[in-house]
Amino acid sequence: MAASPVLPKLVGTRVKRREDPRLIQGKATYVDDVKLVGMLHVAFKRSDVAHGQITNVDTSAAAGMPGVEAVYTGAQIAEFVGPMPIGTPFPSPDHHPVAVDTVRYVGEPVAVVVATDRYLARDAADAVVVDYKMLPAVVDPEKAMTGEPAQIHADFENNLAVDSLPSGTGVSADLQTVDSSAVDEAFAKAEQEGVVVSQRMVNQRLAPTAMEPRGVVAHYEPGKDSMTIWSSTQNPHILRTFIAGMNGMGQDQVRAIAPEVGGGFGAKINIYGEEYVVAGVSKQLGVPVKWAEDRSEAFLATIHGRGITGYIDIAAKKDGKVLGMKLRLIADIGAYNMLLTAAIPTLTTLMANATYDIPAIRTTLYEVFTNKTPTDAYRGAGRPEATYFVERGMDMLARELGMDPGEVRRRNFIQPDQFPYATQMGAVYDSGDYAKALDKALEAANWDQLKAERDAARAEGRLVGIGLAMYVEVCGLGPSASLPTGGWEHGQVTIERDGRISATTGASPHGQGNETTFGQMLADQFGVPLEHVTIHHGDTGVVKQGIGTFGSRSQAVGGTVLHMAGEKVKAKMAKFAAALLEVHEDDLEFGDGKISVKGSPDSSKTIAEVAAYAYVPVPLPEGLTPGLSEEAFWEPANNTYPFGCHISLLEIDRDTGEPTLLKLVAVDDAGNLINPLIVEGQIHGGLAQGVGQAMIEEVAYGDDGQPLTASFMDYAIPRAADLPRFELSATVTPTPVNPLGAKGVGEAGTLGSTPCIVSAAVDALSEFGEKHVDMMLRPEKLWQIINGGQS
Amino acid sequence: MIPSAFDYARATSVEDAVAKLAEAGGAAKLLAGGHSLVPMMKLRLNEPSTLIDIARIPGLSGIRADGDAIEVGAATVHHEVATSDLLAEQCPALAETAAAIGDPQVRNRGTLGGSLAHADPAADYPAVLLALDASVQLQGANGTRSVNASNFFQGLFTVDLGADEIITGIRFAPAKVAAYAKLYQRASRFAIVGVAAALEVTDGKISSARLGLTGASTHATRMSASEAALVGTDATAEATAEALGDPGAGIEDVNDDLHASEGYRRAMVSVFTRRAVAAALARA
Repeated sequence: MAASPVLPKLVGTRVKRREDPRLIQGKATYVDDVKLVGMLHVAFKRSDVAHGQITNVDTSAAAGMPGVEAVYTGAQIAEFVGPMPIGTPFPSPDHHPVAVDTVRYVGEPVAVVVATDRYLARDAADAVVVDYKMLPAVVDPEKAMTGEPAQIHADFENNLAVDSLPSGTGVSADLQTVDSSAVDEAFAKAEQEGVVVSQRMVNQRLAPTAMEPRGVVAHYEPGKDSMTIWSSTQNPHILRTFIAGMNGMGQDQVRAIAPEVGGGFGAKINIYGEEYVVAGVSKQLGVPVKWAEDRSEAFLATIHGRGITGYIDIAAKKDGKVLGMKLRLIADIGAYNMLLTAAIPTLTTLMANATYDIPAIRTTLYEVFTNKTPTDAYRGAGRPEATYFVERGMDMLARELGMDPGEVRRRNFIQPDQFPYATQMGAVYDSGDYAKALDKALEAANWDQLKAERDAARAEGRLVGIGLAMYVEVCGLGPSASLPTGGWEHGQVTIERDGRISATTGASPHGQGNETTFGQMLADQFGVPLEHVTIHHGDTGVVKQGIGTFGSRSQAVGGTVLHMAGEKVKAKMAKFAAALLEVHEDDLEFGDGKISVKGSPDSSKTIAEVAAYAYVPVPLPEGLTPGLSEEAFWEPANNTYPFGCHISLLEIDRDTGEPTLLKLVAVDDAGNLINPLIVEGQIHGGLAQGVGQAMIEEVAYGDDGQPLTASFMDYAIPRAADLPRFELSATVTPTPVNPLGAKGVGEAGTLGSTPCIVSAAVDALSEFGEKHVDMMLRPEKLWQIINGGQS
Repeated sequence: MIPSAFDYARATSVEDAVAKLAEAGGAAKLLAGGHSLVPMMKLRLNEPSTLIDIARIPGLSGIRADGDAIEVGAATVHHEVATSDLLAEQCPALAETAAAIGDPQVRNRGTLGGSLAHADPAADYPAVLLALDASVQLQGANGTRSVNASNFFQGLFTVDLGADEIITGIRFAPAKVAAYAKLYQRASRFAIVGVAAALEVTDGKISSARLGLTGASTHATRMSASEAALVGTDATAEATAEALGDPGAGIEDVNDDLHASEGYRRAMVSVFTRRAVAAALARA
């Protein structure tokens, strides 16, 4: 008998994404592809003023238009959809999904039209007439903190959602003790015998701009008293919880489905007013209802990211050793608290320790309401901001001391033998070897030669600079203590009657490639081809429980739990095989589609044979129940802390101020990699968005609170031609937090890229004595510096 | 991004399109590539009653030599202009202008005539048409007429085009010593400033100069003061830069927006005028 082909091991190899053929051939189903019989369409009338009191809403003309089934004002919606809940413990003003008496940002819904057709709905929304008494628009967060020019919410004096929240050295977890002596001593010492660098930096607002805008279809079936809601969301189970709660229904009565989701970048974690309204209207009318966000709405109504101003002070000795750090953060959170709004800047404070062994740190956080679109999670969510502030600060320190930017960092690294490392900010870093990542990056970038190239270019009169940044990120979220939704994940693995494998995961991918990576894991675990494994996700009717995909957690948490469920079913399957083969299960091994007796490969049963037996178990082995399906819940004891080092080379056109990124080298350590191809894809995407933030992306508002970047004509996102070839490499420091040793990588690219690019720009401008320049690197801003003006 | 209701009609010939325009009494819009018009409709900034589709009218597209002149049909897409062998040989400035428009999707759908009729203040083609001293060919109910580019672009989104007229193409004399240089707006890829230069060089000196400027103001204009300054100058980048001085300082009604302040735009007019002239001279 010819030997059967040996199946290759898949984990750790560059398997192409199984998802892609359907995605790039138009064969995937997104929310807007869902069409139900009798379905009505919703359009929102949105505020075109930033801050105003609603004095009248006239829906009469709209109500009389053809195809219009219902029109609701905010007050009418409030009769069946209440103020929206948030997911953080911070105090929060009432936030109605449709404004009742005051509008607080351009794009806030003020009325809802329901019609038989999307176009008729839009026509009717245009016919709703809203009168406003204009109020002063609050745009500048630092001015807003003084209560000027207006107070946005009655109970929030000086527009402060969070007022001077301290963290770090000397601050107890319950905030009862705030002892500043260690930080004060560090700065006193540095003032006397070292250096202090200080800088205000703006980490500007960004628009997430997923390729697929949001969308919702809700179908309330009165006969069954049940609701099915399709939504472009990152977390259908959390959506189900909130939709059930807001509609007075049980979670057993609501099914949430995230079909194909065309990108989320954190913006689709939030549960939005449109989701509550569409569900509520379907329940009112007893018919299916759809809303599909258009791109113009997405710029206004989908959350923005970042928007944090940081005042950083670093105290150091003359040898570069950091003695202490202060970081005052002012988050411009927009008009309302959304699901996680208030928590995002606390991730900035949590990661203020960066990769350094800093003995004394104090962060002080302010979160400020402004008349802008609310902020929430955007790829990196608080950690890129921390990385940017600290790494720019470290670069300024290196410049101040005349030291190499890599060297000043090296002198401050947390050392490998210090892990697990409890930071001043309350995190416990799991594992790391920062010098190794730095060394690898210096080598990959050919650092000394890069410097020589820069210097040669400068000798020709060109403005060329190099930048370097380290990062450490908090990923694999997380223990339930750190997540109000719970920090576990759920998975179930079923060996079907034909021996094929169905698995469900509560991680709900929207670009992460989990159908491939989870498939690789299970294929290896059972010794079957990848084609025999199907990963089901994104449907609470199919996937029993779950949390969702965010915080770079799907592999580290969702992957781990699926592996655990697999081990359970594998153990049971071995017992059935043992009965068939009349051996003890410990003497069996899985491989090449079979379960074989160790040392006697001819004595075996195929996976399909054992499965068929398990479902018609005659005779039923003693102590076994029929069937092969097992589930698992699991949560990690800690988060994971991936890290890396990014290096860039950048040139600025002396005549125009236009920056060109010539080189971007990234060394990322995400622990063990299930699929390096997918990991690199994730890093590419993150780097692209980091380059976007550093160089071309910025949400801008006028002094009147009008958005100035509400379309792709004015809001730039990076195109392939804007990017250099990314030079990637990796170090591998497994995490002890989960058995896979995987840390998570979805957001990593956004962290190191911004400070390393801005530092390169500052380096390029060094002949002009510039110490810092804020993102984005707008050509005019750089041109002003070159021409002796202010930045 | 949901347009209001409109009717759709496909024109079979230029005459048919003109008749349909007249029938609609000014409420219709011509649809060629749709890359200016359709976004405007989706934003409801333009709500025509009828779209008259001229994309499939035979003979309205193409690039050909006609005696001493070159003609480009109005329905010719930017990609075809950018990759034309005839233009690469006879008028590379026009090809490089088309190559600088938008992105591949835009260049494969957007048309010359559509860009000219729309007359975005930051569009690329107007600058090069001015520098080439091209004429715009129009056809209406009363027959055909030809309008020089310098008279065609009149103001913000305003051109010399009657409500029942259609652009059929452009016509210009080949100009080899010509170039287009632009500062890209990074989101839209339109020009913050774009300058086209068409020069004639005789015995090492510039004997004739035409400069077209876009992006700086409400509409594209000739830079006559700079043209005069160039004539008689040595045909080198250094000499022309010196002769040009600071042309941005003398431009009227300079735009000021999120992407570039008035002061920066003026400075960039000067930079890109120098660059366009130097690039043109490199082809002499």
